[in-house]
Amino acid sequence: MNIPIYLDNNATTPMDPRVLEAMVPYFTQKFGNAASRNHAFGWVAEEGVDYAREQVAKLIGASEKEIIFTSGATESDNLAIKGVFEMYKEKGNHIITAVTEHKAVLDACKHVEKLGGKVTYLPVKEDGLVDLAQLEAAMTPQTILVSIMYGNNEIGVIQPVKEIAAIAHKHGALFMTDATQAVGKIPVDVNADGIDLLALSAHKMYGPKGVGALYVRRKGPRVKVTAQMDGGGHERGMRSGTLNVPGIVGLGKACEIAGQEMESEAIRLSALRDKLQDALTVLEESYVNGNVEHRLPHVANISFKYVEGEGLMMAMKDLAVSSGSACTSASLEPSYVLKSLGLSDDLAHSSIRFGLGRFTTEEEVDYAVEVTKKAVTHLRELSPLWEMFKEGIDLNSIEWAEH
Amino acid sequence: MAYSDKVIDHYTNPRNVGTLDKSSHKVGTGLVGAPECGDVMRLQIQVDDNNIITDAKFKTFGCGSAIASSSLATEWLKGKSVDDAMKIDNMDIVEELALPPVKIHCSVLAEDAIKAAINDFRVKNGMEPIELEKSHH
Repeated sequence: MNIPIYLDNNATTPMDPRVLEAMVPYFTQKFGNAASRNHAFGWVAEEGVDYAREQVAKLIGASEKEIIFTSGATESDNLAIKGVFEMYKEKGNHIITAVTEHKAVLDACKHVEKLGGKVTYLPVKEDGLVDLAQLEAAMTPQTILVSIMYGNNEIGVIQPVKEIAAIAHKHGALFMTDATQAVGKIPVDVNADGIDLLALSAHKMYGPKGVGALYVRRKGPRVKVTAQMDGGGHERGMRSGTLNVPGIVGLGKACEIAGQEMESEAIRLSALRDKLQDALTVLEESYVNGNVEHRLPHVANISFKYVEGEGLMMAMKDLAVSSGSACTSASLEPSYVLKSLGLSDDLAHSSIRFGLGRFTTEEEVDYAVEVTKKAVTHLRELSPLWEMFKEGIDLNSIEWAEH
Repeated sequence: MAYSDKVIDHYTNPRNVGTLDKSSHKVGTGLVGAPECGDVMRLQIQVDDNNIITDAKFKTFGCGSAIASSSLATEWLKGKSVDDAMKIDNMDIVEELALPPVKIHCSVLAEDAIKAAINDFRVKNGMEPIELEKSHH
């Protein structure tokens, strides 16, 4: 077992050696520009890209013509939202999204607002899921796009995308999903789910950083987005720029492996995750954040009341995890996702996200449990809030000096 | 972000963790910060008849720098007169612990906690509280 232990697989994943192996020739021997049509170097590179396009398409039940390669999910989100807003401006100017979306979606929506668009940010229920009745009520004849993520990056909850897509379509809007955390972890099928646009990223599924894709539906309806990057007209004119051939080949390979292994991996990881979660929620005053039934198999977000997340992480220095507390920022604002669930600020400050992955072992999980338990106990001994709780003092009865 | 060795030392082996009898008139208690902000410090001093701080204890809910700032503060307080304790400046803590700019608020909180504890002690013993300038965190 190597220390520190990596349990932050929602931030990024290590690359699978099989992916690296597939990529290597495209840096040196097969280095051609996939857009060079008149010599073998170009053809070989194009072949690699074409094959990868099939591999990506297959994983999400799409056709290879519907895959646009990008630099990652942030670019895909931007291209989808800004591109749809520009392309469909004759039809309407209203976009619906949710408050728990990734910043790439939220900030692209803010940009659209600056351009005169109208955006509705749906709240979520206590379990992190979108309320379908609220979505339905928010739809207007001006609504051109509904953008709701597939699986949440902080708490792992899986949105009812099929139902959301149906509501969007009923009102004549497109449905886009940021599926960065879901693709390669759970079955995602653009046709079964009714998805018109989908953003994905390689480095969240054991592929390289700096490459991703946007799925753009071609049939029923044919969806178009206005390019946000001008240039040579690559990727059917939707995304110019010389293709990142090694990265794309790596993304393809990562998708292929995920397609073959995710079913058994999901079973293995959810068992490990549940083991970790069960062992940690034995601690007094610890709570799992978000819906536990509709959740990605490898994520558990747990709040340990009366200890602060960043301080806790310091005691867990042998574990690489994430905290919903953002004490390092000037604002001292805790996670907006956790706050959206209605968590009080102190509980949001007390949260830790455990993200398991393909290379996580049971031994590592057992070790993580021990380290975390020890850290929580140590910090509670230092915590005045814990002492007050133990004395039966209602913390809400105290007049805190806000700072 | 990397913590300084001193922060890590105070965090790993915090000095003077604990609780003094807050009902005693010889004990001053300062409770500052708010759970919503991710920082709460409770700092207590025990003062003898010569106005010397003979003991100091703390408990802190917060990040490593907040815990280290309060641990260091208790170390500095012990043996000081109340008047000298009043002079502890948050920038002394910043310097000693090599806190980065984003963690300066932790030292401010520690200074506030010291002053709040002293004022609690003063009021308990029939003295006027010292007027504090409002610090911004």
